[in-house]
Amino acid sequence: MNFDRFDRREVLCREDAMYNPQLNAQGELIHLLTTEGLPRRILHQILDKAAEFVSGGELVNQKFADLAGTSVFNLFFENSTRTRTTFEIAAKRLSADVSSLNIQASSTAKGETLLDTVHNLEAMGANLFVVRHSESGAAHLIAKHVKPGVAVVNAGDGRHAHPTQAMLDMFTIRHYKGDFTNLRVAIVGDVLHSRVARSQIHALSTLGCPDIRVIAPKTLLPTGVENLGVHVYHDMAEGLKDVDVVAMLRLQNERMAGAYLPSTQEFFKYYGLTPEKLALAKPDAIVMHPGPMNRGVEIDSAVADGDQAVILPQVTFGIAVRMAVLSIVAANQKGLL
Amino acid sequence: MTKNIHIKNGLLVDPIAGTESQGDLFLADGKIAGVNTAPAGFVADEVIDASGLVVAPGLVDFAARLREPGQEYKATLASEMAAAVAGGVTSVVCTPDTDPVLDEVGLVTMLRQRSKQLDLARVYPVGALTRGLKGQEITEMAQLHEAGCVAFSQGDVPIADLQVLYRAMLYAANYGFELRLRPEEASLVNDGVAHDGPYASRLGLTGIPVIAETIAIAQITQLMRATGCKVHLARVSSAAGLELIRAAKREGLKLTCDVSINHIHLVDLDIGFFDSQYRFDPPLRSVADRDAIVAALNDGTIDMICSDHAPVDDDGKLLPFAQAERGATGLELLLPLTLAWARANKVSLPQALAKISATPAKALGFDAGLAVGNRADLLLFNPEASWYVIPEKLKSQGKNTPFVGHEMIGKVAHTIVKGKVVYSA
Repeated sequence: MNFDRFDRREVLCREDAMYNPQLNAQGELIHLLTTEGLPRRILHQILDKAAEFVSGGELVNQKFADLAGTSVFNLFFENSTRTRTTFEIAAKRLSADVSSLNIQASSTAKGETLLDTVHNLEAMGANLFVVRHSESGAAHLIAKHVKPGVAVVNAGDGRHAHPTQAMLDMFTIRHYKGDFTNLRVAIVGDVLHSRVARSQIHALSTLGCPDIRVIAPKTLLPTGVENLGVHVYHDMAEGLKDVDVVAMLRLQNERMAGAYLPSTQEFFKYYGLTPEKLALAKPDAIVMHPGPMNRGVEIDSAVADGDQAVILPQVTFGIAVRMAVLSIVAANQKGLL
Repeated sequence: MTKNIHIKNGLLVDPIAGTESQGDLFLADGKIAGVNTAPAGFVADEVIDASGLVVAPGLVDFAARLREPGQEYKATLASEMAAAVAGGVTSVVCTPDTDPVLDEVGLVTMLRQRSKQLDLARVYPVGALTRGLKGQEITEMAQLHEAGCVAFSQGDVPIADLQVLYRAMLYAANYGFELRLRPEEASLVNDGVAHDGPYASRLGLTGIPVIAETIAIAQITQLMRATGCKVHLARVSSAAGLELIRAAKREGLKLTCDVSINHIHLVDLDIGFFDSQYRFDPPLRSVADRDAIVAALNDGTIDMICSDHAPVDDDGKLLPFAQAERGATGLELLLPLTLAWARANKVSLPQALAKISATPAKALGFDAGLAVGNRADLLLFNPEASWYVIPEKLKSQGKNTPFVGHEMIGKVAHTIVKGKVVYSA
């Protein structure tokens, strides 16, 4: 037998690294990479913390010191204005030093790898990375390779996850509906390519929502989507019946070029949210959209601007939720504060 | 000068005869000169005490990427030949996807000369089926065959144009050459990176559906019927694909297939949090597919197991899953991972070793048994010894494998090629 104790110890360390990488040994949130696999208490912790930054549906107009002395780097490898801006505002309201990098025009375009970029910024004193990337799993990769004490918040990776968007949606639902355990929620549109949908589904399941529906043509649904714990509908009339929340998804125009859909016009006719279709939902149902909206493609202006739409409050709550997430992970990363 | 070697008191396992018995082997002139009885006048230059060891024909790996020429930063012929013999592999069938690809006689000749100079494992090159593996013009197959190519393949690049594949199969059939094809319909793979199932959906990874494999198998078997070409299907990954192969074999088509050591043991769920060590081509499929692979190995539908050796450097793996390079090092894991399958399924040692020695050797045209007169390419291993896969300790320049940290049972003690000890632990 060639059994080497040193080897075995090395082996065990590698196995340890496969535990939930978002939590430390005490079960505290140290990175936010996905809503999947997070305990309910942490989702509530984020929502409760966000509530501290909101008063009467508006952001509390005050600066907090939660991130004083902390360097936050927004690493956006993929275009985004809205998410990046809300993260910037959130970090600044918490007194962080914020740098936003336009990565496409910089080092990686010259051939530097993702991890090289991250390690260089660590050398410049980065404490917290907010990452958006076009590939699923990019935030996980970074979180696995940053120095101890450095936090990573996923601001959207490929088709995989957009956890802060999902949590701001949860905050919005809780704000208008109070409780998750008796709700019907319909997620409508391009689920296949949507990181928002995946994160919403995981968060809603964990928060106890008993009836999560996805409504889309078969070409826009991922294989085995029902395994995520959702009911699948291909017909808006059936899927929207008596729902409390309608979460619309953005339909990327580039999808039209492939064989996913025949035309925007046909998609809007059968899957676009119009006042007539919305009337099938409960009268007090709310309509959410992660933005930016394609009016006349996935949503009718009459709905987008209507009484049931909560799309602008979502944006406001997005800042509070991002403040909450940044504050929590920073506090849990030892040596960061 | 080869030495006369007396291997004493080992468990002689002959995968052709299907026997295992305690005994001695006598090697002379690069061949097996005697089993249990020394040939007349035999004087041993070296005696190897094989007590507690299995003595078996050296392993024949049906698919390894050696990276040289062109990708020496990933591996060299020298590093991978050292890995081969450390893994008990005495014959390596190498794929044509080097840079430049093996589509010219000169390149094949150079590769064979380089491997002869190293004098470790034997190298059997598979020639490119089309020039540059571009899928447009067929190569000079007859001349490549004369230069030493044992078969022809496209590596991992499927031919998109069926007309080209049809003609390539007709031309190969003209000479009786075998094609080794990865059954994969490229248009259905598209930009897929993982098995198209609930787990890829959960991770937001683009899926490669099983129909990418089954449609390709259906096309290839139809073309076989039309052309009479012999085909070996490389790295089959799905239950549905294996069903088609089973039917084609029943029909009498000259079809064989292999599976990689990774696909016997791993499934898509193992990807975990986007671990790029689990990125393979074809992708790791579902538990049901893996179970079907094991069943097909047990019932003989799958003829052989290969390492699918693909040394990849860290730069190729430390990337988001979809951007990471595919493959893993495997030459040193072929034996223990095959033994693990055999143990789990109560497959006898001779039967298990046949999948990685006798059967692939037969396809190459030689006998890997322990009969007198056979080549003295041998492997001595301890079937009970356990070891852990520690990257730094692997001989291969490629240190990446999903089995890092795993316990392996079955450890090579000596490897003998052409009657010469080329590796001792």
